[in-house]
Amino acid sequence: MRRETAFSRISDAALTDADSPLLYPDYVSTRLRAPLHPLVVVPSSLSELTGPVDGDHSLTETDADLTRQHAGDPLGQRIIVTGRVLGSDGKPLRGQLVEIWQANAAGRYDHVVDTWNAPLDRNFTGGGRCVTDDDGTYRFVTVMPGAYPWGNHPNAWRPRHIHFSLFGRAFTERLITQMYFPGDPLFPFDPIFNSIRDEQARERLVSIFAMELTRPEWALGFRFDIVLGGREATPLEGPHDE
Amino acid sequence: MSELALTPSQTAGPYLTIGLVDGPITNRLVDESDPRAIRISGVVLDGAGDPVVDGMVEIWQANAAGRLAHPADDRDEVPLEDGFRGFGRSDTVDAGRFEFVTVKPGRVPWVDGRLQAPHLLIGVFARGLLKRVATRMYFPDEARANAEDPVLLGLEPEERAPLVASAMDGALRFDVILQGTGQTTFFAM
Repeated sequence: MRRETAFSRISDAALTDADSPLLYPDYVSTRLRAPLHPLVVVPSSLSELTGPVDGDHSLTETDADLTRQHAGDPLGQRIIVTGRVLGSDGKPLRGQLVEIWQANAAGRYDHVVDTWNAPLDRNFTGGGRCVTDDDGTYRFVTVMPGAYPWGNHPNAWRPRHIHFSLFGRAFTERLITQMYFPGDPLFPFDPIFNSIRDEQARERLVSIFAMELTRPEWALGFRFDIVLGGREATPLEGPHDE
Repeated sequence: MSELALTPSQTAGPYLTIGLVDGPITNRLVDESDPRAIRISGVVLDGAGDPVVDGMVEIWQANAAGRLAHPADDRDEVPLEDGFRGFGRSDTVDAGRFEFVTVKPGRVPWVDGRLQAPHLLIGVFARGLLKRVATRMYFPDEARANAEDPVLLGLEPEERAPLVASAMDGALRFDVILQGTGQTTFFAM
């Protein structure tokens, strides 16, 4: 085949401090899973500039209320987690499917792989879904997840967090991330959180305690806004022949 | 123009099935009884050659006519297809294996108007991946279209080869090798 265009390559070393690297040896699981060849930068075509339009799922109220998915109330501190999903241009992303999953109040996941010695809660599975409204707002009711130990290094503990999955307006904007809680004392010790070198970027993963979201006699409120965007389309270097 | 700073990525971790599998999005983009149905499967492997059993693979593709089910694809001369969204996801719990039942996509134009060969975009998430990795899968019975595909043409031969699936027993096989010999070619997103 004739080589018509040469695409540029980008390695972890070229990332801004606000981006997540692929290889971050302090997070041991990246050592054998991070691709080590630089990523190929291709201009975004219609394939990349489109993506699943997800607003048409028939979700019910209990999909967004993780405290009402079983016969009884789960143990733990009831919380409301809400925020807006925005494009990098500030526009609200409406009709977006937002998916979350988390540990229970004791820090245990309802998952066969999680075997640490904390109790499961028969009234809590830890998965939720909702669709953003016209203002880009999502809202979940759940319980405060517990911190939990993991095998990354001696005495390793994950800060409390909720996993978030979002789609954006294009395949390039797809994002899975984690929301943390303000003031967590485990932040300095967590390699996943600290894989993002820029402190301000890390802070964007920390929710804000919001008194105005807190419901009297019922639940604490936390706000977590999410901004989605792809990288800028990169112009071609070619065409040229080898 | 004021740009809001993006929310950074974090790993999906080992428990992603709680939130992402058994929901409204499945690995069946069409019914298996659809005469056009094709089966695509493969394994996700790490740098030691071990299967990644706690990951998730997602695909995004055009319909059989080459139209993407998204408002940005406004080529009304190419028909949309009721019920075909072009998106699917599969876990890799079974020995790192993922599987999709879908249709072969039609050709979609590239940025300069040339037609791309039929392809799927593929995203992989897992514990140990701090962000999604993304690649493309091409079809082994499209040698002519592959030979003029603007993305494949811009790659080195050793980068191109891992992106073409192989035909096996009436199905398509596409392995994702995250690291090491034969590493899959991944694209910046």
